[in-house]
Amino acid sequence: MTMNSQGRSTTPDEAIPMSEIQTVSGSRGLQQREDLIFETGSTGKTGVDLPNPKGTKSRLGSVTRKRPTDLPGLSEPETMRHYVRLSQKNYAIDLGLFPLGSCTMKHNPRLNEKVARMPGFADIHPLQPQATVQGALELIDQLATWLKTLTGMPAVAMSPKAGAHGEFCGMMAIRRALIARGEIETRTRVLVPASAHGTNPATAVQCGFKVDEIKADERGRVNMEDFKAKLEDSSDIAGIMLTNPNTCGLFETDIMEIADLIHEAGGYFYCDGANFNAIMGRVRPGDLGIDAMHINLHKTFSTPHGGGGPGAGPTVLSDALADYAPVPFVVKDEDIYSLVEETEGEGEEAFGRLCAFHGQMGMFTRALAYMLSHGADGLKQAAEDAVLNANYVQARLKSTMTAAFDGYCMHEALFSDAFTAEGIDTLDISKALIDEGYHPMTMYFPLVVHGAMLIEPTETESKAELDRFCDALGAIAERAKAGDESLKGAPYLAPMRRLDETQAARKPVLRWTPPEPDRMAAE
Amino acid sequence: MRYLPLTPEDRKAMLATIGADSVDAFYADVPEAVRLGGKVAGLPDHQGELAVERHMAALAGKNRVASDGRFFVGCGAYKHHVPASVDHIIQRSEFLTTYTPYQPEIAQGTLQTLFEFQSQVAAMTAMDVANASMYDGSTACAEAAIMACRVTKRRRVVLSGGLHPHYAAATRTVCEAQGIEVVQLPPAVDDELALKDAVTDKTACVIGQSPNVFGTVTDLSPVSEAAHADGALMVSVFTEAVSLGLVTPPGEMGADIAVGEGQSIGNALNFGGPYVGLFATTKKHVRSMPGRLCGETVDADGQRGFVLTLSTREQHIRRDKATSNICTNAGLCTLAFTAHMTLLGDKGFTQLAELNHEAACALADALEEVDGVEILTPRFFNEFAFRVPGNAEAILAQLDELGVIGGVRASRILPGKGMDNVIITCATECTTEDDIKAYADALNEVL
Repeated sequence: MTMNSQGRSTTPDEAIPMSEIQTVSGSRGLQQREDLIFETGSTGKTGVDLPNPKGTKSRLGSVTRKRPTDLPGLSEPETMRHYVRLSQKNYAIDLGLFPLGSCTMKHNPRLNEKVARMPGFADIHPLQPQATVQGALELIDQLATWLKTLTGMPAVAMSPKAGAHGEFCGMMAIRRALIARGEIETRTRVLVPASAHGTNPATAVQCGFKVDEIKADERGRVNMEDFKAKLEDSSDIAGIMLTNPNTCGLFETDIMEIADLIHEAGGYFYCDGANFNAIMGRVRPGDLGIDAMHINLHKTFSTPHGGGGPGAGPTVLSDALADYAPVPFVVKDEDIYSLVEETEGEGEEAFGRLCAFHGQMGMFTRALAYMLSHGADGLKQAAEDAVLNANYVQARLKSTMTAAFDGYCMHEALFSDAFTAEGIDTLDISKALIDEGYHPMTMYFPLVVHGAMLIEPTETESKAELDRFCDALGAIAERAKAGDESLKGAPYLAPMRRLDETQAARKPVLRWTPPEPDRMAAE
Repeated sequence: MRYLPLTPEDRKAMLATIGADSVDAFYADVPEAVRLGGKVAGLPDHQGELAVERHMAALAGKNRVASDGRFFVGCGAYKHHVPASVDHIIQRSEFLTTYTPYQPEIAQGTLQTLFEFQSQVAAMTAMDVANASMYDGSTACAEAAIMACRVTKRRRVVLSGGLHPHYAAATRTVCEAQGIEVVQLPPAVDDELALKDAVTDKTACVIGQSPNVFGTVTDLSPVSEAAHADGALMVSVFTEAVSLGLVTPPGEMGADIAVGEGQSIGNALNFGGPYVGLFATTKKHVRSMPGRLCGETVDADGQRGFVLTLSTREQHIRRDKATSNICTNAGLCTLAFTAHMTLLGDKGFTQLAELNHEAACALADALEEVDGVEILTPRFFNEFAFRVPGNAEAILAQLDELGVIGGVRASRILPGKGMDNVIITCATECTTEDDIKAYADALNEVL
């Protein structure tokens, strides 16, 4: 044993197995236990120092709150500790590879955070006079130009607040176009592939359409026979919603024929642009015959996912739909930018409005900084590296795991659970990845592949990181193949073990309530 | 390119492992006719941080910033002070760069903050349950309308004349698509109670707002009573979350659904987004709610933990039968909201509300002294409408020249409604006595 000058051991002693160690505090080393603010804070405590009100005579009439809220307060140090402790129970891109397929969890540059916080963007009001926000309008116009140029589309609606909101925008534009044609009553059917994101059918229904599901073929693409059969009686066809590259991580080889056929049938082509990252700079959606496509700025253009949002879903539109874009939009006359907020006709909007104000400015600033940083050359390289990384993962793992389809993939590699032993499934493999220090891949999606595992590494991973990931996943896959039952208990090393989702749903506890004795005392 | 870790040697080695000659092989499925040969034309090449920062700073520099003072714009977005710690917290990598918490074992940080957020929103609105956020107040309002139709199986919603016109427009857009009839009551500064008389046994819900777009606060209890008598729901809207520190909350007025904008707590103005939509309802209607819900449970070791729950309402499970198509929500903005609210607590929240109200009272006192000004809003929190003897747009432009951003002309959000001489103005805890004096002086000069 090595000793330091005071006789303290500097090498570890024989260890007790970790699982046997219990602590009094409930913390485990750097993993701190952290209770709810409702348990640690109190209504009389506050972490802000506000001036005392003067006691001015109220102008509220009698419309005043009769009982205090039970909002707990904490001092600033307690608040910081609360959130920092909680943060340490989260996985994040900044900690490691985040291979969620279809989510494009790429690096979030900090320059983008810095520029978004410039007071000239963060501290301006959506309804202050337009003459005082010329720089903001110019920024929106610049971002719109990048989006239109990259997609080869003539118009873009900037206000959608997320991908699904962009879908809603595009499908509403299609709806408006059908109204203008006098065909909204008859054209009610929207074709959606079985592999689509759940938002697609949900959006179609929200826009008043009926969903007709198209089968996938054995290559993971649209089954053209089934598609054509569905167009045989095309009098009720409103359009198609298709993701390209699709959710199997494959380019839809027949996409131009699909566009032609849907147009011939009198319908429109909505493209889900969630996977635009794979093809930026290699092909323009506008050249494929697409009428509308949303772009997830929080995927392709690196604005942070933030634990579930906010996103931004600007939606590019073809000439056929451009007139049906919602308000507001930016127009430029000479050197003056202005915002069209209402359209003609007694204040009634001809095209509708999706939301208050002008869209996700805070995401626009980040996305534009990302685009300027990459440039046309860098965006193309980013797409190619994303596709290269996915193919590398596929190549390294396909001998152990079962690739869902033959051939190269685009930006994400898709595996089925066919290789696993009886009783071991995709969930077990996913949870075992957590013990290896990785976020799991997207699991059980797309629905067309059994036990799907969809891996999207993105372009911001190094080869060394990919190798470590493939080593880890490959080893787990071997255990799954061998029927290693210990996988069923994973994760063992995460802040929590598997959680009981059935109990959560059966007896929902959706907010904090005081414990029983307190409640009785209060009553 | 600083964001791309692969070296040319890496790329070569990886292609060799894959067995492809070049990345072109991966794009073989792209129809030849539409493959781009080189880069996309018409866009610049990559730039370093400094160049990008300069470009952005030049654009930012062209905008008039609210913190420069003498700034009185509200109408759905409000200039408030955000504590420095809030912005630090939301920039923690573990919150900023993580995904929706679908893997709860490694997402308890996000999940616990969502549970706390839901609890705070429920507490401040005096409702039973709140969801984990919508995009913003306006889309939350639209979702409330269709939820009410789902619950009541009726197809008509009635909007008050004081509902923020953008909220009304967003709601109309969603309803129109689903063939839901929307009855819009005429714009009115102080007539939320007109909803009472518009309810019939065909009405799914009435949507009222307090404080409304003109700043008027109203006890909507008579509206909910009338709605309930006819089997309809009452949706109560607020655009200024800080008001709930002082005014009667939706739950105390019999609201079945409360929706509002949460931007005021923890979130910057951001020229209109991202914001955070608040959505709360009663226990009875939980399973008809849109959006994500976080719930308490235990893990395999019996430890308390949190998960996303009741997801059979949602699009990723229910697809075309989902309650909403929403997926991504306001994530990080909810964190900003909940962290700021944790700093405030009931004490700070109430005090903040009082300061806002006092600032607005002081502003009203000062403007009332100006010849020709008539305050229209009878009861208000931190925002009110007033009439000027002249065109509001021209007057606001003149005020701007004198360094005062005086508010929103009502005709901007309600064009063609005979409100050309009405200004909606707002004061918050950020408004100083000097600001108020400057406004009154400038208005005296202009009028």
